[in-house]
Amino acid sequence: MHRKMRNLILALLLLAMALSLAACGNKAKEVETPQQTRADTNEINVGIPQDLEDSLDPHVTTAAGTREVLFNMFEGLMKADPEGNIIPAVAEKCDVSDDAKVYTFTLREGVAFHNGQTVTVDDVVYSISRCAGMLDDGVYTAASTLKGIVSVEAPDDRTVVITLSEGNTEFLASLVTTYAAIIPADYTDQAANPVGTGPFKFASRSPQENFVIERFDDYWGTPAKLNKVTYLVTAMDTAVMSMKSGVIDVFAHLTADMAKSVEDQFTIEKDTAKLVQALYLNNAVEPFNDVRVRQALCYAVDVDQIIDLVVDGNGVRVGSSMFPAFAKYFDESLSTYYTQDLEKAKELLTEAGYPDGFSMTITVPSNYPQHVQTGEVIAEQLKAVGITASIEQVDWNQTWLTEVYANRNFQSTVVGFDTSTLTARGMLERWTSDHGKNMINFNNAEYDALFAQAIACTDDAEQTALYKQMERILTEEAANVYIQDIYNMVAVNPGLEGLTFYPMYVLDVASIGWKA
Amino acid sequence: MRYYLRKLITLIITLFAVSLLAFLAFQIVPGDAASRILGTEATPETLAALRHQMGLDRPMLVQYGDWLHSFLFGGMGDSYSYSMSVKALLGPKVHITFTLTLMSFLMIVLISIPLGIWQGKHAGEAPDVAAGVIGQIFMSVPSFFLGIVFTLVFGIGLKLFTQGQFINFDQSPSGFFGYLFFPALAIALPKAAQTAKLLRASVVRELQQDYVRTARSRGRRFSSVLVRHVLRNAMIPVVTFLAMMIPEIVTGSIIVEQVFSIPGVGRLLLSSILSSDYPVVLAIVVMLAFLVVFMNFLADVLYQRIDPRIKVR
Repeated sequence: MHRKMRNLILALLLLAMALSLAACGNKAKEVETPQQTRADTNEINVGIPQDLEDSLDPHVTTAAGTREVLFNMFEGLMKADPEGNIIPAVAEKCDVSDDAKVYTFTLREGVAFHNGQTVTVDDVVYSISRCAGMLDDGVYTAASTLKGIVSVEAPDDRTVVITLSEGNTEFLASLVTTYAAIIPADYTDQAANPVGTGPFKFASRSPQENFVIERFDDYWGTPAKLNKVTYLVTAMDTAVMSMKSGVIDVFAHLTADMAKSVEDQFTIEKDTAKLVQALYLNNAVEPFNDVRVRQALCYAVDVDQIIDLVVDGNGVRVGSSMFPAFAKYFDESLSTYYTQDLEKAKELLTEAGYPDGFSMTITVPSNYPQHVQTGEVIAEQLKAVGITASIEQVDWNQTWLTEVYANRNFQSTVVGFDTSTLTARGMLERWTSDHGKNMINFNNAEYDALFAQAIACTDDAEQTALYKQMERILTEEAANVYIQDIYNMVAVNPGLEGLTFYPMYVLDVASIGWKA
Repeated sequence: MRYYLRKLITLIITLFAVSLLAFLAFQIVPGDAASRILGTEATPETLAALRHQMGLDRPMLVQYGDWLHSFLFGGMGDSYSYSMSVKALLGPKVHITFTLTLMSFLMIVLISIPLGIWQGKHAGEAPDVAAGVIGQIFMSVPSFFLGIVFTLVFGIGLKLFTQGQFINFDQSPSGFFGYLFFPALAIALPKAAQTAKLLRASVVRELQQDYVRTARSRGRRFSSVLVRHVLRNAMIPVVTFLAMMIPEIVTGSIIVEQVFSIPGVGRLLLSSILSSDYPVVLAIVVMLAFLVVFMNFLADVLYQRIDPRIKVR
């Protein structure tokens, strides 16, 4: 026993020495800065707060964080440029019939898939049919943006004709997103080994650790500048530390606090996030079924103070379900339709039968610090008109998506809504009374009628005017307490250049490169 | 033999009960994999369609039975979040967490046993009191906080490791162990302080026993008595303590992995719970339960080795 024990202790000591040696070996190697080596190998590390957890199949995935990455690997027939114009991608050009019912695409020649195959009309017909849910292949697709397709046909080997049941002038915009990506026909491994036509191809992944893409050398368009992009899954809580240690070159969607703590080491680029943050009110439950109460809330809240306190001034006021970057549809006068007026708020509350105010619950998703803080500031502001608001922090997936969003079992909630397509419809359709995503139970016959007119309209100016009228109704009816479009702040390694913003929730890594 | 059989049956029942409870917990909390996948694109119709496709609309017990079957015969089933089998998903994570656990455990042993003996031998002297106070401090500091301090001091300040840049064993074995060194230490220090305190008390108690005086009066050297007789008795409670500590180290690593961005089982468990990926959660929970039961069993066996008077039945 004695000897055994001694041997054991000896063995343990040896192991400990080996381990500390290993630690020292590591120390010696890390002296050279990690950024320098990445510049040499022409690669970058991008921090993402969550892994790509739903699916890598572009037709299936809906999570904004996943689409943001897949954007670099997939393209549709059309794509968006940084100004939001819709330009040809896999298609070389598109002819639209006068009634906006028949879309004729001519395929670009020599577009290659990441697996080496050339894109054919069969692939296009397959892709469009699949993402529109017209194939019976047992794959569930997020088809909601591609409704109303009657047929997809290929009259010859360069032409694809898509016919719609109703005229739709916004149809091309719905082909831009990853939802409508062109993928190889009958390729069954998209969910694990995605294959597209974008400037980057899938290289490898390690769940909860990283997701790696590499430049696709046979890309038809402007090739990516970087050889390799590694997305590192970095929890929000540890992101600042990882940025400070130099592991991360780009990190998007920073909070104001995070941006402040890394601004000495990183360039902070900002652009509006293209979303509408609001205190969304359940219009079907008391007391928010009374328009006067909703208006009172709008008068009681000081939006500018929220923008100052929560995002340190990095936000733009909005007054309806439309964000400023969508300049064509954005009506600036609505942003200041309600300004804080406590007397008016109290008057309206008295009229509505709540002279002493009431109690309400603001449900906020705990993983979005900006929404939580906004809720807290609103609760504080509402005290001035006698409303006692309590904040309920909930988990995003298990409670918010299910209870608040799907079951509409809530009073009020602070979140931001964006659109997956570059259309006004994407922002406004959800509040039509019988829409499946009408979380707030907004019910206004005039609004519904205007929407029906707008989508049937083939004249652009007329359509824009109709959409603007819809926005005005949302404001006048105080459907929600509209707050702001928050700036998307991106920390970028000062050695990098070329970060480009799009009017969509994406991060284009193909345009980023190391400075010479 | 009967003892081992009984332990085995206990193990099976425990694992079954634990997995069933974990599964039922998922039925109680709102939200499932389908609602997460659809996110804000969900409408009542699309949710129902996807639930049906994923088999989430079947009766609870059918789903559990299906999971049990695939757990036993089909590589533990498939993850909802990642298009791969739970087995393929967990494999590399288990290696990382296992290494982290082993390193912490070795550190605990290497720090606490010499320290405990030394403190016991010099009980009441000034260095012992000082060590006791320091130990008390480490005991009361949670390991995640130590982890944050280590990151700031050794990672960002002294640049001994690069926070966030986890290095795989395949890339560089020394880098791998080097990265895990500080997380392991963060887990080990509070536990080592506890173990040392226990061992010290145990040694002090044994040193007051008659057999020590007898051995000493027969002319044996003190150190010989200490190692040969005192330690053997003093170690009994410590061995149990250490064996029971292993599951605690593993669970402790769940939080420490978060702090150091280590892609181990802990991080996977946390993200899988949040995304309602129950095949992954169940597999991990069953593994942890197995570890607890197994370590319990190991402690029993070790007792017997150290003190043959104890018989397991």
